[in-house]
Amino acid sequence: MRFLRLMPGRGEVVLAEGDPQLSDDELRLVEEFRRQLDLGMWAAVPIEQGATGRREAVMVKDFADVPRDAERVIFFPRAAGG
Amino acid sequence: MSTAAFSILALMAIALIAYMALGRAREMVRSRPRPQQRRPAGGTIDPGSERRAERRARALLKSIVNREEWEMYRDLGFIRVLGQTPDGRDGPAGYGYLIYPHKPIVAYLPESNSLLSEYCVEFRDPEAPYGPKLPDSDDVLAKWMMIKAEEHKLIQDANMHLPGRQLDPQQVRRDLWRLAEWERVRNRPSARVSRSGRDAAIKGGDIVAVNTVSETQAQ
Repeated sequence: MRFLRLMPGRGEVVLAEGDPQLSDDELRLVEEFRRQLDLGMWAAVPIEQGATGRREAVMVKDFADVPRDAERVIFFPRAAGG
Repeated sequence: MSTAAFSILALMAIALIAYMALGRAREMVRSRPRPQQRRPAGGTIDPGSERRAERRARALLKSIVNREEWEMYRDLGFIRVLGQTPDGRDGPAGYGYLIYPHKPIVAYLPESNSLLSEYCVEFRDPEAPYGPKLPDSDDVLAKWMMIKAEEHKLIQDANMHLPGRQLDPQQVRRDLWRLAEWERVRNRPSARVSRSGRDAAIKGGDIVAVNTVSETQAQ
């Protein structure tokens, strides 16, 4: 699983990478997840629907909500009225 | 020396002094550093950084959105997303959104191409609120994820305006026409064969096959 953050002027950067099945990696991922949300980021997970193959996204507010088989979690700044 | 001669000499002296002072003032103005000549303190300017960021953002967008949506963005510069029905499925007869980079999201009715509203939304990084913006494709990706995941929240957070506030309605209607043409060409049987042939070739790593399929289509 990789944590990516959309950065202004830079594109995405990799924040953390690890296997959530391993306890050390999971701890690191959970910490980074919380840190990003505390910084005011939103997190989305790209998913693929099994039946149709359509690509969708789900918003997650807790690391426990991240699907176990997710490859990427995308952090991006919160939306505000422009 | 007569008074008249003295006056003339005095006037000439004053004119000479004024001329020299003017020349000096011009020199000072010229030698003053201008804003565009100033270098930023620390670091050098990298004119390619935005382009590289955009290239990375495009690759990420391509890997996340549906193939049709990616090709739409690549060819037309925007993505159309259909609104969600209450049970979570795409509603073909309902409404849709056009996602432009760093421009409002436009809601419209696909049946009649009537424009409904503009939703102005931006993603400002809290760590650099006055810094650069997200690359274009990252902005589109963030909007796409929000519409797919939490459409109602995005609409609530956005500033809603009537069509025409920021985007020219005529331009949007032209984009909808371009989209219809693009879909018509894309859904031709020959285009489908071409795409499937290209997919097969890419999967097999056989570039020659790509050319063969394209040439066949051209003939």
